[in-house]
Amino acid sequence: MYKVLKATFITIWSLFVLFPIMWAITTSFKPESAVVNGATFIPFLEFQPSLIGWKAILPGPDSLTNLLTPTLNSFIVTAGATAVSLIFGSLAAYGLSRFTYGWKNYSNADIIFFFVSQRIMPPVVLAIPFFLLLKELKLLDTHLGLILVLTSGLMPIVVWLMVDFFNALPREIDEMAMLEGCNPIQAFFRTILPLSKPGLTVAGMFCVIFGWNDIFFALTLTATKVLTLPVAVIALNGTVTPYWILAASTVFSIIPLVGLAFVIERFLSRGNLGGAVR
Amino acid sequence: MKKGYPRFFLLPGLILLVAIIIFPLLFTIRVTFSNWNVSQSGLNFIGGENWSEMARDTRYWGSLLRLFYLSFLTVAIQYALGFAIALFAWRGIAARRFFRVLWLIPMMTTPSLMAIIWRSIFTEDIGALNGILSRVGLDPVNWLTESGPANVAITIAEVWQWTPFMFLILLAGLLSLPKEPFMAAAIDGASAWKTFARVTFPMMAPISIGAIMIRLIDASKIFDSVFTMTRGGPGNATETPAAYIFQRSLQDFQIAYGSTLALMYLILAILTLTIIGKVFARLSKPRGI
Repeated sequence: MYKVLKATFITIWSLFVLFPIMWAITTSFKPESAVVNGATFIPFLEFQPSLIGWKAILPGPDSLTNLLTPTLNSFIVTAGATAVSLIFGSLAAYGLSRFTYGWKNYSNADIIFFFVSQRIMPPVVLAIPFFLLLKELKLLDTHLGLILVLTSGLMPIVVWLMVDFFNALPREIDEMAMLEGCNPIQAFFRTILPLSKPGLTVAGMFCVIFGWNDIFFALTLTATKVLTLPVAVIALNGTVTPYWILAASTVFSIIPLVGLAFVIERFLSRGNLGGAVR
Repeated sequence: MKKGYPRFFLLPGLILLVAIIIFPLLFTIRVTFSNWNVSQSGLNFIGGENWSEMARDTRYWGSLLRLFYLSFLTVAIQYALGFAIALFAWRGIAARRFFRVLWLIPMMTTPSLMAIIWRSIFTEDIGALNGILSRVGLDPVNWLTESGPANVAITIAEVWQWTPFMFLILLAGLLSLPKEPFMAAAIDGASAWKTFARVTFPMMAPISIGAIMIRLIDASKIFDSVFTMTRGGPGNATETPAAYIFQRSLQDFQIAYGSTLALMYLILAILTLTIIGKVFARLSKPRGI
């Protein structure tokens, strides 16, 4: 009885997870007639697959839009914001894990809360002031501008994950290094950093996911030069583009990250992720 | 130890974050006392007019109330489902690695783009769901133009998108649990349910709280699904504060009033989440076994 329930649950959940993705993939290969006359599901049986959706978004004579530059922009911005957040975030997290900071009545826990609370900031609160600030700094519609803004949302995740991760690493490791004559900075770079690869990888993956998928800041703070991939697709959506083209461009822009699911699974199965979220 | 070293680690990150955030925050506070809008730009001073207008804005308070139940409901469902599938993927089933990858995939997809796909699924005349319903002989549902179904549609999209996040954090937590308590439970002959209730669940409490808090923080910003699927409609039936503020300040261009709403929203979010965090911290204090 329990086994049947479990199998049913797993089957239903897996179908639920797969359904929107399968729908997006099939829709991207549908000709117009298979979309506008009511829902169709099974290729070849219910409709003849066609490439019109894909031809519209890939370079070629029928191309409606250029998604390659936005893809490159997305890569640059995501990588930049992830790197900045990881470097500054993990340094701060290490400090908060090993030293006691005090300023008036504020303790380490309050400082950690300050970092994490930055994530509470809804992007809609920040959109207009960021726009004016970046305009003033001549950073509007630049990679650097978007990277800095994204960092404010990503660094909190890094601090949150890495404080716990560093707490789980025995203090004896850095104390030993300092006994051997390293100063704390050298101890961090020579002994702690090499041990932190699992934690940094996990934090980095979260940054990549949230950075790549950001739409709000990219939408309000970039115009033409630094159009990111999701914004380019949303722009298509805004001009009442048919569903087969939208589906093709959606599938196109989620492919790079779906590969990450495999990377994360490898880490999980090797037991490396465990220490990173405790 | 010399004082400089601790500062070397903390200050760069802290300063960078404060530098990014301080101007927008101060600016927002200042702008709420002006009447910057589409016909009048710049910072004048009109006192608390925006604030008293906000107090009377039932559409705003309605959206906050909606956000309250929408975020708690979706996060609760995500936690329950995420925990269940994490338990299965932990040790319960064959082909674990395959299912782990499969169940992680929604988290990797871009929420704003998947919202377009969800809209195409829920669209009433040519959408997938009504297509399936009609094939099995059921009446079509007005998924996006009727208040109840529209909220269900948003909830489904949110659960699909974010349950994998819970799943990942909880599974990683399960994999890092020590083995001894489980062996002790097995020796005592505890049933599977008892082992879960007395060993697994309590040991997962700190991780659960962390995951729920992060999800609540992000759920307080629900925007993508609402904006793309229903635009807050029908009427205002699915409108969240983020969607309403977006409309007032970035589409109607009432920057001062939009900023007032946004600042209040931020204050309420920080207050609510701080209280929830404190309650959780108290609940999770070990009470002895």
